[in-house]
Amino acid sequence: MSRTPRQIGEDVWKTRIEKVNAELITLTYGSVVAQLCKDFGNDYIQVNEQLDKMGYNIGIRLIEDFLARANTERCRSFKETAEVVSKVGFKVFLNITPNVSNWSADGQQFSLIFDENPLADFVELPDDGKAIQELWFSNILCGVLRGALEMVQLQVEVQFIKDVLRGHDTTEMKVTLIKILEDEMPVGDE
Amino acid sequence: MSFYLAIIGTKDNAVYSLEFGTFRQGGDGVSKFSSDMKQLCPFIVHSSLDIVEEVQWASNTMYMKVIDKFYNFLISAFVTAGNIKFLLLHEARADDSIRQFFTDLYDLYTKTLMSPFYSVDAPITSKVFDQRVRMLAKKYL
Repeated sequence: MSRTPRQIGEDVWKTRIEKVNAELITLTYGSVVAQLCKDFGNDYIQVNEQLDKMGYNIGIRLIEDFLARANTERCRSFKETAEVVSKVGFKVFLNITPNVSNWSADGQQFSLIFDENPLADFVELPDDGKAIQELWFSNILCGVLRGALEMVQLQVEVQFIKDVLRGHDTTEMKVTLIKILEDEMPVGDE
Repeated sequence: MSFYLAIIGTKDNAVYSLEFGTFRQGGDGVSKFSSDMKQLCPFIVHSSLDIVEEVQWASNTMYMKVIDKFYNFLISAFVTAGNIKFLLLHEARADDSIRQFFTDLYDLYTKTLMSPFYSVDAPITSKVFDQRVRMLAKKYL
């Protein structure tokens, strides 16, 4: 009986997912980022924002797919959310399980440490001095998380704070809970 | 023993070049070309491109061994699937180790190509690539 998030993730990955070639994803995502850089004239801050927006649009749709496949129960705490995101969410879509760590004292913030990042295989950032300071190559993942969690009533802020492509020792993404959204009545309803 | 490596793109443009010496028998890896020779290396290597282009159609392997001679220097060539040429100027015959060197260099080149920010025929400026080529040189030559 699958109970822990890790087991659920493995189970769904093995049975309910159609696989696609990993290099196809890597090369496709790489060319998206490279093209964005060309289109915005190497304004990497803009590129980061665009990747985040694209990710957001993916995330708001992806969450439905995820809930349909994984069929997990409602998370009772933000800590549970973190576990499900890392052990089931990332496992089902990218076949990786980043580690959850660096919880803040109030439990509102945690970090995901990525040992491997299939989106960034073989990538070397351009040598122009700016990219290595400003570009977060895998920023689409931040948008995806933000969009997906917003659809389940959690408003979060997600950003990369370290990236091996930039020369840091690990790739680390910080997730902060801003607030839990209450369902609002549409304007004009009684 | 000194070597001069050049990687030439599909438009006969220079992609990468490196001068180094042998690490065998106590060599320190620094090339011993005289200053005249240093200036001539790129010319010699580029002049052998014509021969490479002739020979590549006759051969069905990527490694083409020695294809040209200049006084006492030999030039070995390796043509990749994407028509990129690796040319090595050297002094003594060493077919096997040069073949292994070229094969590993091809591997390294393919990985460089995989980066979305690198386009074919662009010069390779990455320090990591440079370091790895030097390590390969140390290993095989």
